[in-house]
Amino acid sequence: MRWYTTSLGKKFIMGITGLLMVVFVLAHMLGNLSTFGGANGLNAYAEHLRVFPPGLWAFRGLMALAFVVHIITGVLLYLENRAARPVPYANKKNDRTTFSALTMVWTGILLGIFVLIHLLQFTLHAFNAEWAHLVDAMGRFDVFTMVSAGLSNPLWAAFYIGAVVVLLLHLLHGIQSFFQSLGLTNENTFCSINLGGKFVAFVLAVGFVLIPLTIFFGIVK
Amino acid sequence: MILDGKAPSGPLAQKWDKHRQDMKLVNPANKRKYKILVVGTGLAGGAAAATLGELGYNVEAFCYQDSARRAHSIAAQGGINAAKNYPNDSDSIFRLFYDTVKGGDFRAREADVYRLATVSNNIIDQCVAQGVPFARDYAGYLDNRSFGGAQVSRTFYARGQTGQQLLIGAYQALSRQVKAGSVKVHARREMLDLVVVDGQAKGITCRNLVTGQIESFWGDAVVLCTGGYVNVFYLSTNAMGCSVTAGWRAAKKGAFFANPCYTQIHPTCIPQTGDHQSKLTLMSESLRNDGRCWAPKKQGDNRAPGQIPEDERDYYLERKYPSFGNLAPRDIASRAAKEQCDDNRGVGPGGRGVYLDFADSIKRLGQEKIEERYGNLFQMYEKITDENGYKQPMRIYPAPHYSMGGLWVDYNCMSNLPGLFVLGEANFSVHGANRLGASALMQGLADGYFVIPYTIADYLARITPGKVTDAHPEFKASADAVKAEMDKLLAIKGKKTVSEFHRELGKIMWNNVGMARSDASLKEALKLIPALREEFWQNVNVTGGNGEVNQQLENAWRVADFLEFGELLARDALNRKESCGGHFRVEYQDKGEAQRDDENYCYAAAWEFKGVDKEPELHKEPLKFENIELAVRSYK
Amino acid sequence: MSGSAHGNMNLTLHVWRQKDAKDKGRLEQYEAKGISPDMSFLEMLDVVNEDLIKKGKDPIVFDHDCREGICGMCSQMINGIAHGPDTDITACQLHMRKFKDGDAIFIEPWRAKAFPVLKDLMVDRGALDRIIQSYGYTSAKTGGVPDGNAILISKENADLSMDAAACIGCGACVASCPNASAMLFVSAKVSHLGLLPQGEVEAARRVRAMVEAMDAEGFGNCTNHYECEATCPKGIKATFISRMNRELMKTIPCPPREVKAGGGA
Repeated sequence: MRWYTTSLGKKFIMGITGLLMVVFVLAHMLGNLSTFGGANGLNAYAEHLRVFPPGLWAFRGLMALAFVVHIITGVLLYLENRAARPVPYANKKNDRTTFSALTMVWTGILLGIFVLIHLLQFTLHAFNAEWAHLVDAMGRFDVFTMVSAGLSNPLWAAFYIGAVVVLLLHLLHGIQSFFQSLGLTNENTFCSINLGGKFVAFVLAVGFVLIPLTIFFGIVK
Repeated sequence: MILDGKAPSGPLAQKWDKHRQDMKLVNPANKRKYKILVVGTGLAGGAAAATLGELGYNVEAFCYQDSARRAHSIAAQGGINAAKNYPNDSDSIFRLFYDTVKGGDFRAREADVYRLATVSNNIIDQCVAQGVPFARDYAGYLDNRSFGGAQVSRTFYARGQTGQQLLIGAYQALSRQVKAGSVKVHARREMLDLVVVDGQAKGITCRNLVTGQIESFWGDAVVLCTGGYVNVFYLSTNAMGCSVTAGWRAAKKGAFFANPCYTQIHPTCIPQTGDHQSKLTLMSESLRNDGRCWAPKKQGDNRAPGQIPEDERDYYLERKYPSFGNLAPRDIASRAAKEQCDDNRGVGPGGRGVYLDFADSIKRLGQEKIEERYGNLFQMYEKITDENGYKQPMRIYPAPHYSMGGLWVDYNCMSNLPGLFVLGEANFSVHGANRLGASALMQGLADGYFVIPYTIADYLARITPGKVTDAHPEFKASADAVKAEMDKLLAIKGKKTVSEFHRELGKIMWNNVGMARSDASLKEALKLIPALREEFWQNVNVTGGNGEVNQQLENAWRVADFLEFGELLARDALNRKESCGGHFRVEYQDKGEAQRDDENYCYAAAWEFKGVDKEPELHKEPLKFENIELAVRSYK
Repeated sequence: MSGSAHGNMNLTLHVWRQKDAKDKGRLEQYEAKGISPDMSFLEMLDVVNEDLIKKGKDPIVFDHDCREGICGMCSQMINGIAHGPDTDITACQLHMRKFKDGDAIFIEPWRAKAFPVLKDLMVDRGALDRIIQSYGYTSAKTGGVPDGNAILISKENADLSMDAAACIGCGACVASCPNASAMLFVSAKVSHLGLLPQGEVEAARRVRAMVEAMDAEGFGNCTNHYECEATCPKGIKATFISRMNRELMKTIPCPPREVKAGGGA
């Protein structure tokens, strides 16, 4: 028996890849806060990220791997779980679980799609080819102008706010779930980890949602 | 016929060792050639099947439940006795032996009880090794508590779920053997006949409760671990599926049924609420440590308990038994409660209940202390009755709980039919006329883990394995008889349901052969039972067919057997013109105290079936007491 | 029997009826009349069944035995909740006072691929037995074991082990889990034995074998909904699942040699 073929093993994989992405998302959110430093802040931050290209690409590779493995495993789990109850209940009441937990596969798929669009928009500039040539006063790539341009559009702003809501739903269950799946909870810590996970999810969501909101309403210029 | 229990000679303490030395062995390489059928997977059956499989025998185990983990041993709350003397309070094997014989009102075989007390210590060790989470103290040592009928603290327990934990231990050991391939478990099978070839037990006939198939199984020996028969009273603390069927079918094939009249009525059960009641729930008798039993002095007093002033209450146990008070033994407390209710002073629905009042204890110790001691029982009481036992007195009433009688066995746990072994509650051996608390678990496991593995070899070594298989015509004859009976039951299509008959039988038994038996009531029962039986076979309505899950048919069969067996129970009670333990004949008492007649009744009554509607033949096994002096139990 | 005034509650039941494993099955409607609030849920079904028999119809088949909440035989989804709307009890201890006159009650069997329906509300839970057979034991042989006090066990561990050991194997955890996962059941056994020195010796083999057996039975995966904990009649905590995850994780760096479970001669 190989551990990663078992149901528990798959959960470990979900947990570890999930954690990697949560850490990334957390860093991303913190980095994004440099937007509040205006063009100078965000562009400097973006510039920093590119200082060491091999590091950047290794990181991107790791994230891509986690992303793909997380999605494949998640879908596998979903299919197995559906198969485990071929005849559904005519009447079923849930007591403890949450909307967030029950919709993990769907919020996960939405997030996957979001990440692709997000990358297409701001990394590959697929919708606005001209963004690739934005340069600020200091000669840096002008991320700030690009983001402002994107998020001033009400549709894009709504899209990003919606994505944050989906992310929140996913992480409300996801973060604490990581601790349970990797056996890091016990009788004493279970409740605080559960609450803590939800708290972090909210912090992330608030951090992220501030950017489209402030830009759209012109608070950050 | 005078029966011989085959207790070995020699000093009491050396009988078992000597006997083990004298018994034949089966060569390890030959063990797998022998097939043993174990019917029932409770403590006795689970332990026996696991141990025999482990020894290398080819074992097949049977249970009517869907899993070997569900037998009613699981419901035992209190604990299991052992003579470990861990608390250093002067316990010993002899003391446990003595308490058990005395508790059984001197109606058990000395040698068997002594062996039980001897192996009791091994049981605790065995269970600990299996991972039974017995209660422990902060130093990590096993904890003990005291229980009725003993002055030492010798009861080991796992919260209020000792029976469950011991059974799970046996079930796990059994599961290990299933994995190893030495035991095959046949769940959802009901044994409906014993196959006897040339006077020896050689197999069983079962109904597959899922497919309805009648199936034959052969074995070189058959071990019945099929529990007790108090469901003959309809309402009891037993599980719904508990029946006398396996034992009774064996009896009909020639095994003697011993002491059927020894039934235990437990005093602290939750009273019946109406005709719909299907079973009664027991609460640990430890409640009587702090609860006071009382009934209103006035007849038909239907005021709320709080409205009845102190001087209009009759604390009847304290009044009648000033020295033991509320801690009088089970049989006495039960009879006293019945007396109050018979006198129209009972409380609650139907007037079948007395109060168990904690108000004084709560005043004295505080509710917190009571909660700590009995919290789970108060909670259970509230779930069932919707009454808060802290605020108003609990209502309790006695209920049939355990059967001391069972198939007759010798010291080897073998019945008079060679090859038929009987263990646990299903046999009659060690509890005499009354069982002490925390002794049933001890007996089941002792028989299964530490007695049968030795004694069965002595029988098997004398026969040729596999000589008789299910190819023998007796198997077909047995299966045909069972099928014919099944067709007969299904064809009656009468007007009354199986439950109605069972309830009626229960009423006859409870009113006439229950806690207080008299010559007249027993004769009445002996008239009523055959009449009801006849009506059953004319007028029962068993719905459904035979080739499917048919719970009505299952029950019909069980009730049909109770209708025959109930008569034997009453007949045994009529024959025993004395009062002892759970058997109380109103004619034989000394101001409410049971009056034994050692001169004429110091024997085990083993009944031989002679045919339905025919009088069974009584065989006696005289009980000799060489190490204990017969004494009168007094609790005044 | 029914209608002959046990009490005065009238209820509408929607009960799953299925002739055998092959039948497709359907919900059928029955009236339960004259029900007393003091009845247990199963006694209410007894009354309905007596009525059906009198009408010449096939009574509803359901598993039950001890009727005091410990054998684990009863297994009914009552109004969408395993063992019905009360806490820490099995269906046999659920009382009708939890319902109101005129209520509609849905009664369905446990639903999981691993628990095929045999008839009506009766399912085959052999999968749970097979999981225990895979390694849900200590390999102690009868006889030849040390004195019960030879190995001390801390009270904390003994108590926690007992919390897990309280499992009655009813399958409510599987029934209520949105994924039909048996994790609570398996983790209870892994924890019960793993917390005791007697069982710890084989802990690595045990968790591997039991997880493998669980997966082979077609149960779903745990995705931490904790519905199992909410409906467990014995209050077994989902933290035991975490403990099992930990136990399996511990075996990853240094896996036990291939498990050949079982004993025998």
